[in-house]
Order: sequence, then structure tokens, then C-alpha cells
Amino acid sequence: MLDFLNRVFGRESNGSKKIAKERLRLVLVHDRASVSPQLLQTLKVELIQVISHYMDIDEEALEVTLDSNENQVALVASIPVKGMKRPTRTMASGI
Amino acid sequence: MSEVIVITSGKGGVGKTTTTANLGVGLAAHGHKVALVDADIGLRNLDVVLGLENRIVYDITDVTGGHCRLRQALIKDKRYEGLFLLPAAQTKDKTAVSPDEMKELCEELRREFEYVIIDCPAGIEQGFRNAIAGADRAIVVTTPEVSAVRDADRIIGLLEAAELRDPKLIINRLRSRMVRQGDMMSIEDIIDILAIDLLGVVPEDDMVVISTNRGEAVVTDERSRSGQAYRNIVLRIKGEAVPMMNLDEGGLFYRLRRIIGLK
Repeated sequence: MLDFLNRVFGRESNGSKKIAKERLRLVLVHDRASVSPQLLQTLKVELIQVISHYMDIDEEALEVTLDSNENQVALVASIPVKGMKRPTRTMASGI
Repeated sequence: MSEVIVITSGKGGVGKTTTTANLGVGLAAHGHKVALVDADIGLRNLDVVLGLENRIVYDITDVTGGHCRLRQALIKDKRYEGLFLLPAAQTKDKTAVSPDEMKELCEELRREFEYVIIDCPAGIEQGFRNAIAGADRAIVVTTPEVSAVRDADRIIGLLEAAELRDPKLIINRLRSRMVRQGDMMSIEDIIDILAIDLLGVVPEDDMVVISTNRGEAVVTDERSRSGQAYRNIVLRIKGEAVPMMNLDEGGLFYRLRRIIGLK
């Protein structure tokens, strides 16, 4: 009877589309990144530029990857630091 | 002046051929001269969807191979003034034609027709590359399903890499009831993910199957909801701003009648 009423009134069922959308979002992060590996490469170069303002880093050993588990994707960067630069006036203005 | 439009999707079975046929018939109904090109060599279907399968003498490979003139291969649809079909070959495969040959073919078609609509095959290999080679713009067709949207995303990436910028989206086979129940992605969900402009939405409609059975285009059926959707899309292609139609499958009484068995 309840099933009949549910069908008549079109009640919410299990909302599977939310899961679908999430899964799609995650899978597309990977799809788009693997389609353009230069994207991660460019990101790496720009990261090095920014971080080098604040610290000396081992540029060769810098690694940037996309890490994923069941419900999220994370950009993970491993950045070996060789030394900190002394803070200067230019740093405060963010140049 | 003329426009060459490719209808593509990545995923198979989402409605490219149906869309090509209906947009073609719809534009011809407005008095335009339209050429439909079936680029699915080896698996031709545009002919059968249009009900022109018995009229094929020459196909696209005969034209590119120089065995006949373009005029000889073009099939004039006797029901719609201005509508012509260039069928695919059924016995060859996608390598039978090259992107350059397709480009040349589109240039020739462009001289005679206001609209050239190319039915792209599924996939991302040579068939796809052939189909987009001569196109000015692209329409991406998807259904509200995970795999279709994923493939559409890939295709959009490939289109942009091929300089076919600003592709438009058609969402096909939408089922409003499932969307309301939270079991199907909504129009907003899909646009959110794909991030391209929406051209139109076509609701799921039994009439599509029925009209294909008969070799007719649903766009000419006054009572059909998918037909109405295609008619609206045709107007938008022509540059008119048409509001989205009501996509609901009907309210309480409609559902009651369906459950009881009346339709």
C-alpha cells in the first residue's frame, strides 16, 4: 500500500543522483588531469616559483600528484626544503 | 553564411543520429536547404532513421573516391523540400575517408546548402576526426547518465583541442520524474559538470521509437513532447531565444491513470 502511495505521490527514493554526481566529479578530475599531463607540469613550475620566494627547495625532487580515495581527490605536493630565506620587505607585499 | 554543424557525443546510443535527423527535418520545415551527412562509415543509420534506406545508390566513399559526383550521391527527401542526405557506406570502415577529404566535401556542400549537419560516430578515433574536420561548430549530445556525461567531457576536451570552440549541449532522454525523485541528474547538475552552454533538453519519449520504426522524424509530430523539444532547438539554432519547455511528465492524475492502466 505504501509502495502504491509512494508511486502515486512520487516520493523521494534513495537520491542516487547525489552519489552519481560526486563520482563523476572525482572521475573527471582524474580524466582531465591525465588528458593533459602538461597541466600538472605547468602547476609544478609555478609552484616552484612561488615557494622559492620563501624557501630554498630541491626543485628536482619536487613531486606533485593527484591522490584519491573513496570520497575525495587531493593535490599532494612533496617539496624537500633545503633552507628558509630571511624575511624581507618584498615578502610582506606578496611579490 | 552557411553553417557546418557536427553532432557528437563520445558515447554511443545517446541520440546523435536521432538528433541529426530531427534537426535536419526541422530546419528544412522552416524552408532551409539542409544536407545531412552520415559520417558513421561501416555502421550507417541516418538513412534508416529517416526512412530513406531504399533510396541509396551512392555513398560518401563513392564521392571521396571519385566514383561519382556529389549530386549523384545526395538523396533528396521527397517529404521535405530542401532536405538531402549523403549516406555512409555500409561495407567499409572509418579509414575509408580522411579528414582532408571530409573537409573538401564540406566545402563543396557549403556552397549549395545553408546548413550541413554531420552525424558523428561514437568514439574518439578516426571516425570522430573525420566528422569534425570540416565543421564550423559542434553540438554535444549527452544523456543524464554517468558514463554518457564522462564521455561528453572527454569529447568537449577534444573539440576544444581541435579549435571547435564553444560547443553547445543537448541533454537527451531526460526523465523529469526520476529527476524529481533524486534518481537522475538534473539539467543544472550536468551543466555544472560539463560547463558548456545549453542548447536544449529533449525528454524521454516513446514517440521517438515509434517514429523511427516508421522512418519518420518526431519533430513533425505536433503532439510529441520530444518533437516540441526538437522544434525549439531548431529555433535556437536559427538564433531565436526560446524558453525551456515544461519537461514534467505530468502531475498526480497523469500518474494515477498510468498506474490504473489508462494512458
